[in-house]
Amino acid sequence: MKKILLPAIVIISAIIILIRLFYLQIIDDSLKIKSDNNAIKIAYDFPERGYIYDRNSKLLVANQPSYDIMVIPREIKELDTVELCQLLKIDTDYFKKKIEKAIVYSPRLPSVFLPQLTKLEYAAFQEKIRKFKGFYIQKRFLRDYQIDYAPNVFGYIKQVNEAQINKNPYYKSGDLIGVQGVEQEYEEILRGVKGVKYFQKDRFNRIIGSYKDGKYDTIPIQGRDLTLTIDAELQKYGEELMINKRGGIVAIEPKTGEILALISAPSYDPALLVGKDRSKNYTMLYYDSIAKPLYDRSLLAEYPPGSPFKILTGLIGLQEEVIDENTGFICRHGFSYGRGAFMKCHDSGTSILHNGIYNSCNTYFANVFKRTIDKYKDPSYSVDNWNRHLQSFGLGNYLGYDLPIGRKGRIPSSSLYEKFYPNGGWRSNTIISNSIGQGEIDVTPMQLANMMAAVANEGYYYTPHIVKKIKNFEIDKKFTTRHQTSVDKQYFKPVIEGLYDVYNIGTARTLKVEGLAICGKTGTAENFMKIGGKRTQLQDHSIFVAFAPKDNPKIAIAVLVENGYWGNRWAGPIATLMIEKYIRGEISRIDLEQKMLKGSLQSEYAKYVSGKPFSINH
Amino acid sequence: MKNQSVIANIDWITILIYITLVIMGWMNIYSASLPLEETYILDTSQIYGRQLLFILLAIPIILIILNINAKIFEKFSVIFYIIGILLLLGLFVFGTSVKGQTNWYKIGGFGFQPSEIVKISCSLLLAKYLSDAQINLKVRKFQYIAIGIIMVPVGLILLQPDAGSAMIFLALIFVLNRDGLPSWYLWTGVTAIAVFLLALFVKPVFLVSFILVFMIIHFILNSKISRNPIIYVLLFILITGFTLSVDYVYENVLEPHQKDRIDVLFNDNVDMKNEGYNLNQSMITIGSGGLYGKGYLEGTQTKGNFVPEQHTDYIFTTVGEEWGFVGSFVVIALFVTLILRIIKLAENQKTKFSRVYGYCVATILFTHFFVNITMLIKLFPTIGVPLPFFSYGGSSLWSFTVLLFVFIKLDANKVNEW
Repeated sequence: MKKILLPAIVIISAIIILIRLFYLQIIDDSLKIKSDNNAIKIAYDFPERGYIYDRNSKLLVANQPSYDIMVIPREIKELDTVELCQLLKIDTDYFKKKIEKAIVYSPRLPSVFLPQLTKLEYAAFQEKIRKFKGFYIQKRFLRDYQIDYAPNVFGYIKQVNEAQINKNPYYKSGDLIGVQGVEQEYEEILRGVKGVKYFQKDRFNRIIGSYKDGKYDTIPIQGRDLTLTIDAELQKYGEELMINKRGGIVAIEPKTGEILALISAPSYDPALLVGKDRSKNYTMLYYDSIAKPLYDRSLLAEYPPGSPFKILTGLIGLQEEVIDENTGFICRHGFSYGRGAFMKCHDSGTSILHNGIYNSCNTYFANVFKRTIDKYKDPSYSVDNWNRHLQSFGLGNYLGYDLPIGRKGRIPSSSLYEKFYPNGGWRSNTIISNSIGQGEIDVTPMQLANMMAAVANEGYYYTPHIVKKIKNFEIDKKFTTRHQTSVDKQYFKPVIEGLYDVYNIGTARTLKVEGLAICGKTGTAENFMKIGGKRTQLQDHSIFVAFAPKDNPKIAIAVLVENGYWGNRWAGPIATLMIEKYIRGEISRIDLEQKMLKGSLQSEYAKYVSGKPFSINH
Repeated sequence: MKNQSVIANIDWITILIYITLVIMGWMNIYSASLPLEETYILDTSQIYGRQLLFILLAIPIILIILNINAKIFEKFSVIFYIIGILLLLGLFVFGTSVKGQTNWYKIGGFGFQPSEIVKISCSLLLAKYLSDAQINLKVRKFQYIAIGIIMVPVGLILLQPDAGSAMIFLALIFVLNRDGLPSWYLWTGVTAIAVFLLALFVKPVFLVSFILVFMIIHFILNSKISRNPIIYVLLFILITGFTLSVDYVYENVLEPHQKDRIDVLFNDNVDMKNEGYNLNQSMITIGSGGLYGKGYLEGTQTKGNFVPEQHTDYIFTTVGEEWGFVGSFVVIALFVTLILRIIKLAENQKTKFSRVYGYCVATILFTHFFVNITMLIKLFPTIGVPLPFFSYGGSSLWSFTVLLFVFIKLDANKVNEW
């Protein structure tokens, strides 16, 4: 018994040690993670974000270096908080708050302690950084805007939030990400890929060399430059024309679908959303619930288009062969579509398509629409057929352009009316308002501009897009694919002639530009707002759509001026000024230009929030 | 025919394991002490360079031991023992303090720890004493002398104070136990340690109640054998007193660093940056090795010097990190094989002197191995003892070499014993 005691103890001890080692080395993973956290330091090298140019290679957006102070809570040691706070000009409350937040995120991963230092502040801190263990400086790139307009085109960049970190493992706390505009849409192209370096640390947290001789290191991949389709001069001019007004402008090159200008008013300087004051400025813009500068009206505003829609009513009538260009309708200041139901019209006499368009005769188009819907026995079939034509112009759905926001608009189908009238009995007269772009139709300025591009091209359009070129990269094929409308080419000629005479002898004759053949259409859109819980009608929106020149069109445009009353008052002049600017490069109508630049609708907007009763449309 | 066939009778298995362990030890010291800048292997300004020198110098020591008369060890054992005790006493005058322990002599650039030599001389004297045919450990007088041989160096070492080394000597009680010392000596010691550790994290009331119940059952079951209730009562009072004194000893007798070492073992809420740092890093280093390890010279913990003094008492952490469970298994298997081999050879000795000495060698090697490795993986309090043949240090390597090769010599010489 005594002889085997020692050997037995030796063997039992060895077994216990081996079981323990097996547990520590093979079963318990936490020690491996701790070891990596201990000994491996990850350093990121952020590449410069791609530059953004306009269609004429004018540099719009470049970069500026920025320095974030990062903190790794676990590595903070013997810290002189007061000195740190004084150096960085922060108070101890900020310090406590940030450190607590960083610990919540992760004690061992870096968090941003103080973002976006200037070079000067950076230099002052750099000198003393050795004193502050656990803090280090991360260089990043912020945007450096060369222009002070087009914020809605670019979007902006900001630090990723927790949801984005969880969604995409590429992003770590403090990383920057594009939000809205091309910054969001082309995030991965502009961003590039950050480089990662793994370092071996020692117990004093000093870097003693690269980890595994840099086997896992990657070098940063530069972001790619974007060339936009935007014409910076036109964009700038449009924004200037929209000062003190609200609304949206979209200009498209019909031959390519390239967006020449994308304007939302009121606008702001994109540089507001860069640097230390980004968050403060953003809050200011965000909470401006009256002017809504962050609301991109060119892409998001949905209204009944009014008269410009008559172009489509006419085209569909021709395509469906319910009229020809010589079909005439008599107008007696309106169109009667039922007992006591009467659609007013400022026109009178007999209209054919040509003068119907340039006089914007409601009666004429009500008749065309009635014939279109009455062509087939079943109004449902007719409406859906009509709907199909409209869809082919890009209405009633997202267009598929390369910007992250948009609205579908609304083009009614039979199912809508079957829901409205579950027992049937609806017919052409019931939905006659659609003929003149009212009723159940909503469109965005972008859709209107695209529609005009399709008219200018006499039957096709390219999906509007804002990126012309990506360095060393193809742009999406869908932007070079032609979309044919369901209305045939030959039917466009008479309609275009009508649109041309809108300028010569019609509703926009005052806007004539000598020697420039513009085809356009005015419009007004009724609109409502809830004021004190009551649905109140506001002054009509002023709308204008156009393209020019008539032969070989170079620009198609849609202008919406909120509460600008009739189309010719604000939207028309602005549209023709932009056309003139784009095609000629200079403005001949100085007086009109001055009137538009200086004109203001602020007093009109102020009425709605004044709390007092107000009158409109006079 | 004397000494004719010593080489032929050498136990080559033991020597082979010894060589393997020394080589593996050096490889790990090299990894643990590799500086960032380029150096060469024999650079004696580097830890691994010096260790290589120590290894080379062990060769003549081995040759001398194998070639001198085996009888010397027995004949001069008393003298060796006295020299050892004098060296221990001399520490109080000439010794150098390292981290509060006065257990080193520093001569020039070299230092040596006399307690390591005393391990050999104490073993030799113990073997010599027990080999006397008249000695019977059933007899009180002989028991006291035998225990005294162990306790004199224990007492001197505790005064340094060096609890780790003292513990190695205390383990020699296994040798006495093997040679007839009544078992209750051993079990009393083991029970005392167990009760002490239990008392630290079980409330004394529960512990005392448990002991009471245990003793009552023992009393009833032992009814056939003569039993003395008074002894039971006295024993109970003794154990209860001991239990209740644990808190006092812990709070007032133990040094703060000794308390820390017990705390880190039982308490999860220790500060990993201070008292818990070594053990925590040691566990991380071993545990991060996985099955096959991170690869030789690839240990991130080792490279980053996260484990302090990794080349000495913590050398096994390098094995765990870079060689993984497989490597750790091999090292443990080598030690166990070596120790069992020595026990087997000891039992086969013809003289009692050789047998007892062999048993001492096995016990000392085992205690070092056990205490060293279990303290790294949170199975035992941190007590600074080196891992034989592995840990860095000349006096450590040489004294283990002498300890082992004296036995190899005695074993090889058994053909000459009649």
